[in-house]
Amino acid sequence: MNTFFLCISLGLCFLMFVSFYRCLMGPTILDRLIGVNAIGTKTVVLLLLIGFLYERVDMFVDIALAYGFLNFVAVIAASRYFHKRKGLYEGSFKETKEIS
Amino acid sequence: MAQSPPNICDSVQSEEHKKKFSFVSFFLTFILMFFTWVVLSGNFSTLLISLGVISSLLVAWFFHDLLFPDVTSRYPGLFFGFIAYIPWLIWEIVKANFHLMFLIFHPRMKELIDPHITVFQTNLTSDLSITILANSITLTPGTITVTATADGLFSVHAIDRRSADDLPGTMLSKVADIYGEK
Amino acid sequence: MNLFVVICLCIGFLFLLGGTVGIIRMPDFYTRLHPAGKLDTLGLFAMVSGLAVYNLHHFSFGALLLSVKMMLIVFFVFHSIPTATHAIVDAGMRAGLSPLTRKKPSQLQGTGEK
Repeated sequence: MNTFFLCISLGLCFLMFVSFYRCLMGPTILDRLIGVNAIGTKTVVLLLLIGFLYERVDMFVDIALAYGFLNFVAVIAASRYFHKRKGLYEGSFKETKEIS
Repeated sequence: MAQSPPNICDSVQSEEHKKKFSFVSFFLTFILMFFTWVVLSGNFSTLLISLGVISSLLVAWFFHDLLFPDVTSRYPGLFFGFIAYIPWLIWEIVKANFHLMFLIFHPRMKELIDPHITVFQTNLTSDLSITILANSITLTPGTITVTATADGLFSVHAIDRRSADDLPGTMLSKVADIYGEK
Repeated sequence: MNLFVVICLCIGFLFLLGGTVGIIRMPDFYTRLHPAGKLDTLGLFAMVSGLAVYNLHHFSFGALLLSVKMMLIVFFVFHSIPTATHAIVDAGMRAGLSPLTRKKPSQLQGTGEK
């Protein structure tokens, strides 16, 4: 069972790297925010899996819960902050008007 | 379309509600907080339990009007209605998630999707039911609530026609049934 | 018992994979929010509930509390991800990002008020 958990964790790490592409290359800042949110969701599961691998679930459950809270607060704060930035994306969104 | 959404926290805590003290909402908040404390700590020594009682009392004293603003006799029915609503919602989420998975892995995805914004008017009035409906719409794939006003005016971003067509339909009637607003 | 856990984890992983591929493949910002917000929610629900069942393998009161705590994570995520998605889409609306639409007049008939 531990091997299976390890495989799933490695797959999750791979998915996090794929989401990180959106963080780096996102055309707008909000795209990067979506990438960060997706990585945070995967990290919650990954922390639980690490807890099972190290057999210290009682500790890692708390860490996962706190990480979930922090991720939520970070996304809310960042999106509230970018409310005020009107016209920040002028150049970036005009090209995505029509479906290619 | 870019109208400012209502600030939900403001409308819950109007000035009239702040003054009066209701013991039932205080007690419910205390029970909820203490249950959370027990689950999160998982330790049953006398010191920790008494600390939990003290902090739950403090939190319940300060925020008793936040979670349960006005407790009426229909709260139990509302609670069980919400419990009965959850399995239907989860089944709906699963069904619609498979549709979204099909869209994502389809090789010609850009011809299948048809993003657009739909506006519809509902007759919900209470804050809680509007919040629940908005979150349910967001969780059902293919649709995201963009704005929801206090009058029940929703604007929804849908990813294709099929998920937008059955939008207000059954979900609205289920939520309205729970809250008896129809 | 173990089979159930393996199936849960695989389904959850499949959903998370779908969400990630959707984030990469979707053409614009608003459509990217759909897979990000929702496939992740269901994937996390499936994976964490599978782990909570696996945790009850050696049954004791502490293990039960741990499983309840994991379901608390699920409950919290079910509230927080729609709220975060709504906050992001609201920020996009206020910043003036216009959503991508298919410009065909024959298909735009049903967009009116319902």
